[in-house]
Parts: sequence; structure tokens; C-alpha cells
Amino acid sequence: MVALAKPFQPAATGASLDIKSVSHAFDIDGSVLPVLDDVSISVAPGEFVALLGPSGCGKSTLLRLVAGLEPPRAGTLEEEGVAITGPYPSRVVVFQDPTLFPWRTVWDNVALGLEAQGVLKTQRHRVDAAIDLVGLGAFKKAYPHQLSGGMAQRVALARALVNDPRILVLDEPLGKLDSLTRITMQAELVSLWQRNGFTALLVTHDVEEALFLANRVIVFSDRPARITADITVDRPYPRHRGDPHLAELRRQILGLLGLDATW
Amino acid sequence: MPTYSASEIAPLDGDRETALIAGDGGLQFISKLRFSITGIGAGLAWLAFGLSCLRWPDIGDWPRTEAVAYTAFAIAGGIAIATTAQAALGKFGDGVQRRAPWLFALGAFLTLWELATAKFGWLPLPFFPPPQSIVEVYTDDLPKLLDSAFASVKLQLGGYFIGAAVGFLTGVSIGWSRLAGYWVHPILRFIGPLPATAWLPIAFFTFPSAWSASTFLIALATGFPVTVLTWSGVASVSTAYYDVARTLGAKPSFLVTKVAIPAALPHVFVGLFMGLGASFAVLVVAEMIGVKAGLGFYLQWAQGWASYNNMYAALIVMSLLCSGAITLLFKVRDRLLVWQKGVVKW
Repeated sequence: MVALAKPFQPAATGASLDIKSVSHAFDIDGSVLPVLDDVSISVAPGEFVALLGPSGCGKSTLLRLVAGLEPPRAGTLEEEGVAITGPYPSRVVVFQDPTLFPWRTVWDNVALGLEAQGVLKTQRHRVDAAIDLVGLGAFKKAYPHQLSGGMAQRVALARALVNDPRILVLDEPLGKLDSLTRITMQAELVSLWQRNGFTALLVTHDVEEALFLANRVIVFSDRPARITADITVDRPYPRHRGDPHLAELRRQILGLLGLDATW
Repeated sequence: MPTYSASEIAPLDGDRETALIAGDGGLQFISKLRFSITGIGAGLAWLAFGLSCLRWPDIGDWPRTEAVAYTAFAIAGGIAIATTAQAALGKFGDGVQRRAPWLFALGAFLTLWELATAKFGWLPLPFFPPPQSIVEVYTDDLPKLLDSAFASVKLQLGGYFIGAAVGFLTGVSIGWSRLAGYWVHPILRFIGPLPATAWLPIAFFTFPSAWSASTFLIALATGFPVTVLTWSGVASVSTAYYDVARTLGAKPSFLVTKVAIPAALPHVFVGLFMGLGASFAVLVVAEMIGVKAGLGFYLQWAQGWASYNNMYAALIVMSLLCSGAITLLFKVRDRLLVWQKGVVKW
């Protein structure tokens, strides 16, 4: 787990998120490809919700809609009852690739949000605090190409957290890490979430990861994505991977995904 | 398995260590010696050059032969001192040692050149002037040469900066804005590939002065590659970067200045290098045809008088200036793109 050098005081706690009968489709060479079919999810403030589903079912598209990077074809999305019309730093995304800007040092990458919002001059300490929070205090001046995959993803996490997001949108953030780094960072994510109190929305392929992290696991069907199950994971944190209750839930979810034969 | 007592092993190990140290020292000594031999060789080559100047009479009338010979002796002496007192001279001594093979080659080349031209006339005169006649240009015609070099640099800098700035701004606009792309792209396709020199006759006729016409042409030659590469750089920026910046609250102006431009910078520099090469060509042609100053004009003038030594002298200056400009651009690039890995060092 990350050494928490400085206390990190969140300015805001989690916001509620309402996804109301959202449908979405892509135009590909003139034909319409539906990706989301009447999806409704209501996320309570501070909740950690994992979205599980087959590859390419449209989960990541849903996250783009939540982030405000695209408007939905039908339906509405609301943060704290206010319609989402575009990107806003209260909803920050951590992508599968760290997408750090290679021309910026770690510090400058983490400072990106504050700089874009024009508050960096007075808030520089927040950048340092966020970098310390993910345990990379010694790498402030390093360039992204000098970092390992896990370190780069930690920087991406710090770059998101420095904005004190009310909703943290996680698009398979650990998907490309090796399994050991992955396990470490899952624990780190839980502690960051518990400490900062943001609402978290996580897309993952990994059933175990979903069960280890989330209060709720929402299972999607094949494309166009429809909700097939909404499972509450009522276990205290920190969780243990060997928990028989979680193992039972895992079996149940793999069944929903049509993979029970392998269990 | 045989067993050894500690006392049996210890001296053996000790011996090996000494042997290793001696071997190392020997290697070092040999490599030092090899360096010294090249250094002495380089000194001898320059000595030979100086002697070749004095040993035989010149077949022509070149007043600087003796001066060149004594300079060669001085250089030979300098190399000899740097070779023997390498340690005491520190960085300078090391530098001379590193360049010793080149110094040797240069001395040998000059000796051969001296013999082939001034002494035995193996190469036809005046097309192949001896070293001393080129040196003579630098000593006797220096003011004119310097004036020409200065005029060239001035013209080149003005045109290059205008072309680079306009090209960069145009490239960013068409990479960023669809509207700008719609209007500028066809013009770029129509005019860009045309060699800037093709405009020469028109430019000299329409512009108020030869100088402004040449500035325009140099800017044109620089601007095209800079525009195209800046444009391609901006267009190829991963949309993921924009997504990240947008979710963090970036406005369009931030996306252009802090995402698109820095991400496109490696491409921009390729354009700047290409533009620099193209603009050198235009500069020289413009000076040969229209501008009554500069190294191109000097070359043309020297050709008119069939003074080939002046031409070689001007070519050397020109080469140093062009190479210097490229080096400078590399320095700027290394400064701005420190974050890039695996780039070519010039």
C-alpha cells in the first residue's frame, strides 16, 4: 500500500450520478451500430460501482457519456440532478492507457488540470500532495518514458485526484498492468476511495477486481449493452480475495456472462 | 569432491588478482601508447605539409607559401606538445588526442594537395588552386569576404524566420481548423511544390528591391515544408490527449497551445530542418542572379575573374555557415525536445 505522507483533504465528497434510459449508437460507414440500449443506473454519492461485461459491449462508451466527452443519442445523464452537457473537472476519467503527456514531467502532468482551470499559481501545493499520495514524490521531475507502467498509471491517478473529483471515472485503469502491480494498485484504489469519499465508476473485465473494489457490480449483456444484473456486494473493506462470499458471487457473475462452464 | 584448505586457495586468488591488475595496467599502457603514436603521426603529417611547402619551388606566384609552411610547423609543434603533455593540458589535450586520426588525415591530405598543385602541377591550374592561394584569399580579401558572409547571413535569417513563423502558424491553423484547411489546403497544393527558384524572374521584377524579393523567396522555400509538417504534426496528435485535457477542464485555446503544439513539435522540427536546407539553395541562387551582395554573389564574381581560389575560399565559408546553422537548430531542438528519447545527436 502507498505510504500516505501528507494528509489529503478532499474539498468535495462524492456526487450522485443518474443515468436515465440512455441509448447510444455509432455511425460506421453509413450503417448505425447500437452500443447502449436503454441503460438506467442510479449511483448514490460515495458509492463504488463496477461495470462488468463482455469485451466491446459498450461499457467504455457509457463512461465517455458520463465524462461528457460525447452526448448520448437518447436519454439523460445527471450529476447531482444537473444534466451533464460536457466535460467538467468534477468528473475525471482515468483511462486504460495512462496517456501522460510525454513532453511534460510527472509534476507538470499532474498539474495539468489545475493549469487548465487557471488556478495552478495559487494551488501548487495540491500537485505535490497528489504526487505524494500515490507515492511518487521522488519522481516529480521524471519524464513519462522513464516510468514503469504501474508508475505511469499512478501518475494518471494523481492527475485525476488533484482536481478533487466528485465522480472518478475509471476505464479499466489497471487493465494493462502486470498481475502483481495490479493487486497492489487495487488495494491503493480502495484506500484512496475510502479516504477521499468520491463516487467511483469502474469499467473492468476482471470479475475478481470488481468484487474486490465495488459496493455494486452491474453486469452488461453483449452489444448493444443492456443491464442483465445489478449485484450488491455487501462485504466490509478491506476485503480478502479468499472470501467465500466473494467466491460465490464470482461464480454467479461468471454464470451471467456465460462463462460458468470454466468454474 | 576434492577439498582445499583455506591456505591453499588464498595465495592462488591473490596471484590472480595481481595478474589482473598488471593486465589492466598493461592494457591501459598500450592504449595510451597507441594514442601517442597517432598523435605523433598527426604531428609528423603536419610537419610534412610544412616541409613540402618549402622543399620545392612553387610553379606559380603565391606569396603566402612560407607563411603557410610556418603555420603548419606551429600546428605540428602544437600537436606534439599536446601529445606529450596530454595529462597536464586536461580537456584540451584529450580533445587533441581524440581528433588525432583526423588531424593526421588532414595533414596528409594537405601535403598531397600541396604537391599535386603548387609543386608538381599534377592537377591543372587554375581549377585546382594550392592551399596557400586559398589562404591568400583569407589574408588579402578578408573584408570583402566578411561583408559577403554578413550579407548572406542577414538575408538568410530574415527570410528563414519569416518563412518559419508563417509556416508554423499556417500549419497549426489548417491542422486545427476545418475552415482554414478548406481554404488554405488547395493553395498549398498548388503553390507549395513549385520550387521557390521558379519565382525568381517574377519576384525580381515585382518586388521593390532584389533584397525583398530574395527574402520572399527564402521565406517561401522555408514556409512550405514547415507548414506541411506542422500540419501533419497537429493532425496526428492522439485524440486521447485531447480527451484527457478536456475532462480536466481545458478550453480550446489550452488544447491548441498546451496539447496540439507541444505534441506536434517533433514534426515541426523536421519541417524546420527541411526548410533550412531548401532555403540555403534559394539563397545562393538568388545571390548569384539578382542580389549584389552575399557569398553567392562573391562566387559569381570570382568565377567572372576565373579566380578559383576565391571560389574555394567562399565555399569553405559557406559550408561553415550552413553547418553552423544546422548545428544551432539541433541545439534548439535538443533544448525544446529534451523529453524525447532516442534522437539523433548532430
